[in-house]
Amino acid sequence: MVNLYSNRVYQITVHFVLITMAIAAAFPFLLLISASLTEEQTIIRNGYSLIPDQFSFDAYVYLFNQYSLILRSYGITTFITMVGTLLGLLITTLIAYPLSRNVLPFRSFLSFFVFFTLLFNGGLVPMYLVYTDLFHLKDTIWSLIIPNLLTNGFYILLMRSFFSTSIPGEIVESAYVDGASEWVIYYKIVLPLALPSLATIGLMLMISYWNDWFNGLIFINDGSLYSIQNLLNRMLSDVQYLQQNSLSGKTAVASSVPLASVRMAIAVIGVLPLIAAYPFFQKFFVKGLTIGAVKG
Amino acid sequence: MRRSTFAYRIQNIKRHWLLLVMILPGIIYLFINNYLPMFGIIIAFKNVNFAKGIWGSDWVGFDNFAYLFQTQDAWVITRNTLLYNGAFIVLGTILSIAVAVLLNEVRKRFVSRLYQSIILLPYLISMVIVAYLVLALLNEENGFVNHYVLPWLGIDSVSWYADAGKWPYILSVVYLWKNVGYTCIVYLASIVGISQEYYESATLDGASKWRQVWSITLPLIKPTMVILVLLSVGRIFNSDFGLFYQVPLNSGALQTTTDVIDTYVYRGLMTFGDFGMSSAAGLYQSIVGFVLVLTTNAFVRRKDKDLALF
Repeated sequence: MVNLYSNRVYQITVHFVLITMAIAAAFPFLLLISASLTEEQTIIRNGYSLIPDQFSFDAYVYLFNQYSLILRSYGITTFITMVGTLLGLLITTLIAYPLSRNVLPFRSFLSFFVFFTLLFNGGLVPMYLVYTDLFHLKDTIWSLIIPNLLTNGFYILLMRSFFSTSIPGEIVESAYVDGASEWVIYYKIVLPLALPSLATIGLMLMISYWNDWFNGLIFINDGSLYSIQNLLNRMLSDVQYLQQNSLSGKTAVASSVPLASVRMAIAVIGVLPLIAAYPFFQKFFVKGLTIGAVKG
Repeated sequence: MRRSTFAYRIQNIKRHWLLLVMILPGIIYLFINNYLPMFGIIIAFKNVNFAKGIWGSDWVGFDNFAYLFQTQDAWVITRNTLLYNGAFIVLGTILSIAVAVLLNEVRKRFVSRLYQSIILLPYLISMVIVAYLVLALLNEENGFVNHYVLPWLGIDSVSWYADAGKWPYILSVVYLWKNVGYTCIVYLASIVGISQEYYESATLDGASKWRQVWSITLPLIKPTMVILVLLSVGRIFNSDFGLFYQVPLNSGALQTTTDVIDTYVYRGLMTFGDFGMSSAAGLYQSIVGFVLVLTTNAFVRRKDKDLALF
């Protein structure tokens, strides 16, 4: 009986600690949402609170009226996420698949060439100069896509070991003997078999493109090319930014912008798609984390 | 059976040249994105003058490094980088393992999944959003902490964004908040792999839960722990740029405690346009980082050959 009782206490303690952790993880998000729904004067008087004293959709109404700035940023983010993820997957598999075949000519040199990039880099300044000075990609949408195509060289490692362990060499061999070209093998056999890992790595790439603000920070000055993260970033450093860039541009309207709540409302809009999609990709994501961290 | 003669090689290239065509775009990409910048490290040894162009600028040997290490900056950024990342490794490992052990005690799968999902949520969002969340909490005029928490504790308002001394704690909490969900799932995956029989026989022997964690769980997840810690030690000279740039709002007043090598390099490049000094700091980071990765890999290799990176 004593054992049963202590077991009970133990279970309650476990859940108590975990619930505390979960609240700590979720609390700032709730605060953010609530702040975006609080009436401006109430924020100025009482600060951001978890339960608004005075509900108001003003911030969202304001954003809705200023949709062009936000929609454009959304468009940029969506575009770079889609194109970047597809190109990133393509380039990752196009490196990983040949490296997984032991008939690849110059295999050891090419492996070294690929994996040395995991160990050493020239640093930020030369990278910046290559993209701006040599290729003149500053203030183009490509500067938001190209530097991130292979954000993480470990994906190549993962993909390569997946190809070499999970795709039977005999299948590839016999397809080859049957006269299938390397392209057909890659496209019709290897990629379909690798679908689960493609989904995992694709998801990682998608999240990193959706969340990317660094490339925008160093390469983009032109406000019309701001992704949603860069818009947020700009508004964080310069509260007046939205006001100055509002469509109407009339000072009378601009001065009544509920800045404290609008700022939080845009942050909500920036994070919402990810959180809304989260339940659907959570399973893949956890799988990706575990294989990504402990080399598979 | 494999003939590695010259003739065989030529024949192999002829047969499999398409594989070379396939890998070519990736190789070109890596050349542009990773190798060209490596040549660019010569900037660290030049006095960059845009009228002459970068390649035409005068050589100054190690002057940029000499300036860098004569200033207080080099010491501050090195100290900050190492102390922060060291603290993150220690605290992050302890907390992640603790949470993973607790999660493993939850018997209902659905409930465990729910906890995991919520704790993992911060890992998904960008540092810009994190900066907004921290601002909503710590803003001097309308932040939640100054308005509700401190009055409740009977403490006066604090100007969080003006007090550099508080930021080591703030940044550590933010780091743990964002990353523990991720590492604890990795540890959980390795705890789940432990055979139940160990625990059953330990329970029969009357071992307490604490004792079981200490004598069964921890020793059995040690390999995972060693690998994860060593991997982060290998990267101890690289910081999460977003954490140190976005969360303190790139504030100059906080730099004594929030500046790390990555933010220093960024500022040198974008704010001051001091290419020489900035690339010198970047090269310092890359070379020490390279040595650290090689060293830790050698350690991992000794421990378990399969887990080594190369």
